Amino acid sequence: MEITISVNGTDNTVDVEPRMLLVDVLRTRLGLTGTHIGCDTTSCGVCTVLLDGTPVKSCTLFAVQADGRAVKTVEGLKQNGDLHPIQAAFKEAHGLQCGYCTPAMMLVGSVLIEENPDPSEDDIRWAISGNLCRCTGYINIVKAIRLAAETVAASS
Amino acid sequence: MTTTQHHHAPITTPEVGGIGHNVRRIEDDRFIQGAGNYLDDIVLPRMLHMVLVRSPLAHATINSIDTSAAEALDGVVAVVTGEMLAGYNLAWMPTLSGDTQAVLATDKVRFQGQEVAAVIATDPYVARDGAELVMVDYEPLDAIVNPMQGLEPDAPIIRDDLEDKADNVAYEWEAGDAGATAEAFATADRVVTIETHYPRSHPSPLETCGVVADVSPVTGQATIYMTSQAPHAHRTVFALVAGLPEHNIRIISPDVGGGFGNKVPVYPGYVVATAASLVLGAPVKWVETRTENLISTGFARDYYMKGELAVTAEGKILGLRVDMVSDQGAFYADAQPTKTRAGLFHIVTGSYDYPAAHVTTKGVYTNKAPGGVAYRCSFRVTEASFLIERLVQNAAYELGMDPAEFRKRNFIQPDQFPYHSPTGFVYDSGDYETALDMAMDMIGYEKLRAEQARARAEGRLMGIGIASFTEVVGAGPSGEYDILGLKMFDSAELRVHPTGKAILKLGVKTQGQGHETTFAQIVAEELGIPATDVKVVHGDTDNTPYGLGTYASRSTPTAGAATSMVSRKLRSKAREIAAHLLEASPEDLEWEVGAFHVRGSPESSVTIQEVAFAAYTNHPPGMEAGLEGVHYYDPPNMTYPFGSYIVVVDLDSGTGEWKVRRMVAVDDCGVRINPMIVDGQIHGGLAEGFAMSNMQWITFDEAGNCIGSNFMDYLVPTAWETPRFELGETVTPSPHHPIGAKGVGESATVGSPAAYVNAVIDALAHIGVRNIDMPVLPDRVWQAIRDHAE
Ligand code: FES
Ligand code: FES
Repeated sequence: MEITISVNGTDNTVDVEPRMLLVDVLRTRLGLTGTHIGCDTTSCGVCTVLLDGTPVKSCTLFAVQADGRAVKTVEGLKQNGDLHPIQAAFKEAHGLQCGYCTPAMMLVGSVLIEENPDPSEDDIRWAISGNLCRCTGYINIVKAIRLAAETVAASS
Repeated sequence: MTTTQHHHAPITTPEVGGIGHNVRRIEDDRFIQGAGNYLDDIVLPRMLHMVLVRSPLAHATINSIDTSAAEALDGVVAVVTGEMLAGYNLAWMPTLSGDTQAVLATDKVRFQGQEVAAVIATDPYVARDGAELVMVDYEPLDAIVNPMQGLEPDAPIIRDDLEDKADNVAYEWEAGDAGATAEAFATADRVVTIETHYPRSHPSPLETCGVVADVSPVTGQATIYMTSQAPHAHRTVFALVAGLPEHNIRIISPDVGGGFGNKVPVYPGYVVATAASLVLGAPVKWVETRTENLISTGFARDYYMKGELAVTAEGKILGLRVDMVSDQGAFYADAQPTKTRAGLFHIVTGSYDYPAAHVTTKGVYTNKAPGGVAYRCSFRVTEASFLIERLVQNAAYELGMDPAEFRKRNFIQPDQFPYHSPTGFVYDSGDYETALDMAMDMIGYEKLRAEQARARAEGRLMGIGIASFTEVVGAGPSGEYDILGLKMFDSAELRVHPTGKAILKLGVKTQGQGHETTFAQIVAEELGIPATDVKVVHGDTDNTPYGLGTYASRSTPTAGAATSMVSRKLRSKAREIAAHLLEASPEDLEWEVGAFHVRGSPESSVTIQEVAFAAYTNHPPGMEAGLEGVHYYDPPNMTYPFGSYIVVVDLDSGTGEWKVRRMVAVDDCGVRINPMIVDGQIHGGLAEGFAMSNMQWITFDEAGNCIGSNFMDYLVPTAWETPRFELGETVTPSPHHPIGAKGVGESATVGSPAAYVNAVIDALAHIGVRNIDMPVLPDRVWQAIRDHAE
């Protein structure tokens, strides 16, 4: 069936089987491979995208459920050609190693600091508790999100 | 004799970014923008998709396989079975430890999840539908689900495919001196014993394993994209397995989403996809699901260990005896150096000085997935370190000593290096007491002990656990270490372009360790070319020199050394060119990072960039043009990183739950090239150590069904459960490594499990608890408390 999803601000009309997962449409139909796949049980969170601004696991949604809605992926994080503060912070604070969990972590982090401009360590850890990372022990991910919050606060 | 130093100032400027600078990672730019290129991101024209059909049973004879319904499905291009592969002599393949492994089962299945058939279709969803339609008729057999069962005299022979195989023993191996050890035990005042199972675990990087095989029917060129920690070794294995000429095989390991040992072995899926591509004349992609990853590829650990420590009443260790039985699964498929069958497990004597040790090991086949990979560990060093660190703590309890004091009485002393261990290692350098003192200082050890005494009086449970580990990494010297005969040297090729920018090509392959930055920093240190001007190329066998890959913390000790050495070769040539430009003799030139100048007249100087330009535009007559070279580094010895970790836990006696209050980790990995990256590696390892001690394991039921086949059952800690870590460091350079570095990727996974478990045991030591196997689950703790209640 034909559906239209706004992805990173652009409408995309695609013809999909009803069983096709959102993550597969993003990756294979739209070529947005920054969204990853890491499990089959909605456990790892590396597939996280923002659906109408809310983090969702795109491996657990059929693409048809996103019909008429707005999706944001890591490819849409940049603002006017500049890195989003969360992207800069992940590099600055060494918040990534293999990079596989990173796009999802940044998206979740970006929503957190919008909703809570001054998050505590516990706030951050709770916010990313649906996202696994196997490399970093989370320490520098927490630091990166905190740094991004501080950067945003300092510039506003 | 070695010295322990604290940070010394970098010799390069931050702009150059040599050793000691926290250069922000060069590779991050693509990752933070979603532009990494992982295996599943690769799409080739006409690419087909493969899904494997796997056995639901742990042990069964295959009566028949009916592929007709799958073949009839619209979109299915082919269904491959073992029988078809046998026609190409591909039904079995060699493993990296010298065993054989079924590619697709022909006679029997020997573990749940074993590969039985492959369905190839135009679309991945259709391939999965097709896999559902393959009908396999099995005759179930009794399953052997632990090695003790496998060793029983009437146990069924799992590997009846091997000629004359009359038992289930995969290997037997020993180290040390039985006689000397028996003597040591005869004179001991006390013998302290521990028996423990280091449970089966899985590295489970967040990216699973996969391949895109592209064999050209026209040229025979095989381009194989795969999740590989060891692309060159894999190329050679492919040449041997598939009989393809090696120059026509190109392995490309793109961005790898974590490896931790999981991506060292060659898996059946890689081979089937390559064979299918060859036959079908189209690229074939295979990517595991998480469940497939957990049930079939590269498990780790599963060691049953018994350790005995002979001690004097004064607290001196006299000797160690260890007997270990490993559960290898159905195939002995982990990468093992040919000469040491249980990896480097004989490092089990640890950080302590005593004359005698004897280690016996036996690997047993079971009806479980093959692997036994070194999960974030240098060939079984994790299991070894765990055992000795658990033993010394229990020995301290038996002697009524403080566990820190007991360690200090037995540490190998700084003036004893190079230290010859009783199992044959030559430790390069170390200063164990300084590291332990630093950790004790950081955590406030004496205060905690006082608090513990008060807590016990109040009926509150808290424990303090120490681990003072020594690793052996950086395999290795070619005389002693090889895999399938391939010597474990490593390599680096460096070219400096005319404008002074450089490209460095490595035989190792990052999976997140930051090679594109760290190795550029070594070039920056040696040549003064800014790290950001150095492009690091790796993971493409057509474009890099031969090397054995990245695992066992070997990249810095081997390829890092090779990078230093090749840079120095270029510096020697640069000196000649500089002499030509400055009209001086080479001996009269002085090098200060990035430039040569004439001794005594600093104004007369040339930069490395000017020299590079001259190498292509104005090189001395009679000299070869260009500024490039290659170096194959054969390490003279292994390196021996060490550290001391201390964990404080609070334990709830009602529920058996324990929480890490603090975790202090002091690491000494020699010289730190990029301290920020080193800390990151340690954070990751500490988290994985916590995972194994607290929650993460794979078990099986009596029928051999895997419990732990997904992330709902196999628990990987989130940010919420993971403790917060405090790091400290000492620096004891490796005396034989060109820049004194030792390797660090695995120290924390090796050292930390014992620290966490020791802390829990310490909380219960006063009631007599001496062991709880990992993972130290609340119900196990609760049971231990009950068992020791008066
Ligand atoms: S892929 Fe793991 S939660 Fe979506
Ligand atoms: S950086 Fe590798 S999984 Fe998070």
